[in-house]
Amino acid sequence: MRKPSRSALFLGLIPFVGMCFSVPLWDRVRPMLFGLPFNLFWLICWIVLTTACLWAAYRVESAIDEQRGSTP
Amino acid sequence: MTPAAVSLTIIAAIVAAGVTVGFLAGARRKMDLEEWTVGGRGFGVLLVFLLMAGEVYTTFSFLGASGWAYSHGGPTLYVLAYLTLAYVVSFFVLPQLWELGRRHGMQTVADFFGLRYGNRYLAGFACLVGIVCLVPYVQLQITGVGIILSVASFGGIGRAPAMAICVVLLVAFVFASGVRAVAWISVVKDGLMILAALCIGIAIPYIHFGGVGPMFAALARARPEHLTMPGATIDQGHAWYVSTVLLTSVGFYMWPHAFGSTFTAKSADTLRRNAVVMPLYTLTLAFIFFAGFASVLLVPGLKDGDLAMLTVVRNTFPAWFLGVIGGAGALTAMVPASIFILTAATLFAKNLIRPVFAPGMSDDQVAKLARVMVIVLGLIALCLGIFSSSTLVSLLLTGYAGVAQFFPGVVLGIYWRRVTLTGVFGGMIAGVSTAAFLMLSHRDPLFGLSAGFLALCLNFAVAGGLSLLTAEPASVAEPDVAAPGGVVGAGGVIPPRASDMPRI
Repeated sequence: MRKPSRSALFLGLIPFVGMCFSVPLWDRVRPMLFGLPFNLFWLICWIVLTTACLWAAYRVESAIDEQRGSTP
Repeated sequence: MTPAAVSLTIIAAIVAAGVTVGFLAGARRKMDLEEWTVGGRGFGVLLVFLLMAGEVYTTFSFLGASGWAYSHGGPTLYVLAYLTLAYVVSFFVLPQLWELGRRHGMQTVADFFGLRYGNRYLAGFACLVGIVCLVPYVQLQITGVGIILSVASFGGIGRAPAMAICVVLLVAFVFASGVRAVAWISVVKDGLMILAALCIGIAIPYIHFGGVGPMFAALARARPEHLTMPGATIDQGHAWYVSTVLLTSVGFYMWPHAFGSTFTAKSADTLRRNAVVMPLYTLTLAFIFFAGFASVLLVPGLKDGDLAMLTVVRNTFPAWFLGVIGGAGALTAMVPASIFILTAATLFAKNLIRPVFAPGMSDDQVAKLARVMVIVLGLIALCLGIFSSSTLVSLLLTGYAGVAQFFPGVVLGIYWRRVTLTGVFGGMIAGVSTAAFLMLSHRDPLFGLSAGFLALCLNFAVAGGLSLLTAEPASVAEPDVAAPGGVVGAGGVIPPRASDMPRI
């Protein structure tokens, strides 16, 4: 099976930056949004955004697979 | 009836209902080794999904996450991040792993190491590490049931007897019905769990504070430092968060039970799609966090944070509702625990003892040995549960520090042709021994970083360095060059199926 494409890997890196490496930037209580502390709100948003990123990566990978024919 | 009697009766009824579903699912089937451990490989997509979901939602998320939100505060947020990012990792690793597994007939993590690197001692070592790491995970579940029963009985049942009851039930359950029962019981359990999480997460803040927003506002006024890292701890700041999230997100699918379930998927594409959708499953955990943070203000001063959420439930709701929550929680502990114990016992008999020590064993003997191991592992976990006072989350982190050490061998084995047996074996030994030393000597976290993460870095460095120093591998099951004519590995010689012959 071929390796994942660069663009898919890049899309996979985004959630890691958003939820993990950038923690000093968003780990605070205020501003509170929708009644939630900012860090909790941020993470909940990123759960949804992660699915969006992976969906995009899925589309990229499927497109490449189709281009190369059905053999992996 | 006293409140304790009401809640215990309902818990017993829910557990009994769940177990009955399990027994019915297991009845009328001849129980040979194959049926018992992998359901005769006849699982449809739905059952496989249920099995995987049953493994994800454990007592850890139910009591452990809320308990840490109560006792540690901010650092608990790592749970939301790691569960989500684990699926990102899986998107890039599992499809390739599945492809390799399909070509070479792999079923377990030990098969992977045995077949990819062509060495049964590496496979045996991986087995041993997997089994040892599963024990604290089982212990965590048993401890969870102990907590539930002692809170629900208003202290009437001690934690140790409660854990003993749980182990007896667990062993009986695993014996009688095997893995098919586990998948079906997950239906009952997951429904109850999600319902319980929503009820608790919304109702508790609403009843006591008038809503989730006012609850957090009150907490932000009273204890603002509790909501950010390092929260109530001194050494779990941002560096700890990043290192722990990395360690646990790569470790998630390295658990032997999760690793094995990869191979049950219908296609590589299924695994990718699964990875896209599964992060949303993590959203329900946010509700558990609401309850955990609410209990900071409602029941301050508890010595054991893991008790916090149930204590609040007990103080807020009538006894029957405590029973429903307790029953859901007990099933949430027992379903995964039986999967873990089944995986560990099978690994021990089939992938460790038979290939390394007793090649002549028949399938029947292996099945018998696996059953004995179910009892032994149950008792070990019980003893550990009675004599240790670790919190649920730290138990899980101990296991993660161990299983994550598989990751370098897996990811390099999939993507790097230059990797050698010496490199991976050396790296794994270095990683596992470092992790074990640091965890057992209570040096976690070290320099503000998760000890398991440091071990993982060392593992990668040793694996990479030694691979470059040793000769190009005469690969047994390299990703693109499959060995013709059958390969020798953990499970003995596995002849290639005609459809799996290399296409090069």
